[in-house]
Parts: sequence; C-alpha cells; structure tokens
Amino acid sequence: MYNNKTVLGALGGLLMTAGLAIADPVDDTLILNEETELVTRTAAPAHMADVVDEVISGWHFRGVETRAMQADDFDNPGMIFVEQAEDVWNTADGSEGKSCSSCHEGSDSMKGVKAVYPKWNEGAGEVRTLEMQINDCRENRMGAEKWKYTGGSMQNMIALISSVSRGVPVNVAIDGPAQSTWEQGKELYYTRTGQLELSCANCHEDNYGNMIRADHLSQGQINGFPVYRLKNTKLNSVHARFKGCVRDTRAETYKPGSAEFTALELYVASRGNGLSVEGPSVRN
Amino acid sequence: MAKGVKPRVKVPKTAAAGDSITIKTLISHKMESGQRKDKEGNLIPRSIINRFTCDFNGENVIDVTLEPAISTNPFFEFEAKVPESGDFAFTWYDDDGSVYETSKSITVE
Repeated sequence: MYNNKTVLGALGGLLMTAGLAIADPVDDTLILNEETELVTRTAAPAHMADVVDEVISGWHFRGVETRAMQADDFDNPGMIFVEQAEDVWNTADGSEGKSCSSCHEGSDSMKGVKAVYPKWNEGAGEVRTLEMQINDCRENRMGAEKWKYTGGSMQNMIALISSVSRGVPVNVAIDGPAQSTWEQGKELYYTRTGQLELSCANCHEDNYGNMIRADHLSQGQINGFPVYRLKNTKLNSVHARFKGCVRDTRAETYKPGSAEFTALELYVASRGNGLSVEGPSVRN
Repeated sequence: MAKGVKPRVKVPKTAAAGDSITIKTLISHKMESGQRKDKEGNLIPRSIINRFTCDFNGENVIDVTLEPAISTNPFFEFEAKVPESGDFAFTWYDDDGSVYETSKSITVE
C-alpha cells in the first residue's frame, strides 16, 4: 500500500538524511464497550481513488494504552465532558427559557447527525459546521449567548452529539450545493503554506505511517473529533487542530470558525467517508 | 465545595465467591496543586482530593493518600476479593472538608 506514496519536498529530504523510519498503522480492532465494533479502516471513497486505497482512523496510529482507553467509556476521559454536556442539554438557557431538549427531546435523538456534518444549510445558503448550527440554535431559538467556537462548552456539546453517533459511518455530501465549498477545501488541502512550505497532503497523504521525529503521522482523519488529548487533558476541536497544523508550517493561520476552515473541514471529513464516527476519541 | 465534582465507579454486578474483581473509580475534580499562580501573581490555593477509601461490608479494601502532584480527575483501578454478596462503599475527601460518597452492590452467585 505504500508503493504509490512518494516522499517529496524539504521535509522528505530531512527524513531521508535522518534515516526514514517506517511504522505501519497497528493491526487491531476497535470494539467499543465490548459491544460495538467500529469501522476504523475501509476502502477509500471514490473521490480519493487515485491517491490512497484505504482510509485509516488515527486510532491505528496510537499506542496500545491510548487505544485501550478509547475502547471503554469508563476509561475514556472524553466521556466526562459528554456527561457535563448531557446536563447542559437539559438545562434551559437564554431569553426563551428553552433547553436543547425542549425541541430535540433526548440527546440520543441526535444519532447520525455528526456523521453528515459539515452540511449545506439551504436557509442560510452556506455550508455549516455543527458548531455553527449549535450557535444558530442558541442565538435564534433559545435567545442565549453564542459559545466560543473552540471553547469548552461548545466542544462538550459536540462530544455529546458525536458520542450518540459512534459506529455510524461518516457520510458528508460533497456534491450539489456543497460542491464549490468542497472544491475550495480540496484546494486548501493541497496548498503549501508557511516557511516550511507544507500542505496537509505532504504529511497526511504522502507520509502517513512514517515517523516525524517522535510522532507517528496519521492520515489526519477527523472522524474521531472532538479529540481528548492526553497532552492537554481537554477536548480539542477540528478547527483548533487545523490551526495547530498550519501554525506548525510556520504560517499565519486562518481563524477557527472561518469560511476557509469550514471548507477544509468538509473536504477532510469527506476523506473519511465510510469510517465510523468515533468522537470523543483519545489521542496523545 | 469545588465545582462539578462527580464520583463514578465501575463494579461488576455479579461474581463467583472468592473471585478477584476489578474495580475502577474516577472522580471529576480540578486537583489544584497549590503551586500555580494566577495572572496577578497570587498563589492559587491548593484544592485537591486528599484521601480515597473503599470498604466492602464495613471492611477496608483500600485507603489512599493523594498528593498535589496527582493530575486532574483522579482515576483508580484496583482488585478486590469478594467472599460474599454485599456493598462496596467509596469515599473521597476534599481539602475543603467536603466528602463525596457512592456505593455499589455485588451479588455472589
């Protein structure tokens, strides 16, 4: 599966001189709570047919303890935040005296929602992330303050909505009205940025499975977001991760919640079409 | 009382007599070490869980002293031998004097 991968650019050169370390993704099966088997590797969606054969969840690129942590809800620290969001789900906020449950009933009614976001919103005439949709609910239906895009309250709620979809395959629409946004996201994915002149693809398409110093490069799939990271002991949003990656190329980054990152999120999500929703996942 | 403290435990519902079972406990707590300073340079006072105990039918199973270096949301996993049906009682002691308790029953078949 590596024969169609090429090592390119400055980074590739750096790795070559240091001795290229190959570390394959681990062969393992993710069974959640000894019940639900999740799809963590599957055939690549049609639009990626000429770049990779198989899409692989970031879970396969992490250590044995980290993988085990995610397989059990009690051991998964991300589930603490899910529980906190469950309380918020049922608590009225804002001038209308409504909670999430006033319109949506139980949080399990959200099953399948995370799998199809970002998604075209006909009324607004734009592609929206789940965060944008939640803030729309808060402002226009509840009369409540918007949440900070990458903040704790927001990511807790995303984790709750994601947790009830675990096992549902990611299936974002890339055609129809979403197509132009998707094309923009694809453009961004392959655009080199920063002093290091790296695009997303240079690491996550050309070099996944290789070590970048002590880090095991994954395909950069986002089916596991929000991610509980052991390094900062909190839930991390997709856009915060994008920002971190772009910053690491030594570029000025787009802002979380910006149109650019929304387009990129749609494109990157579509690269994982077919993988199970995993969030909140555990990574290092 | 520290905010958002919530104890959680995982104990099997049944076991065979004399079996060693695995118990997992987690309490959400910020575990403020007392070493950090706020923006103005003032020391943030220590606020941690300083002791955790587990008893089975009144007999002590484990008694732990926690120190400030222990990270947020302390998690414990340990084994206990269950000779008979009964109740596990779990207790966490907060620096501020709060005591958090929870219990779980187990049936020996």
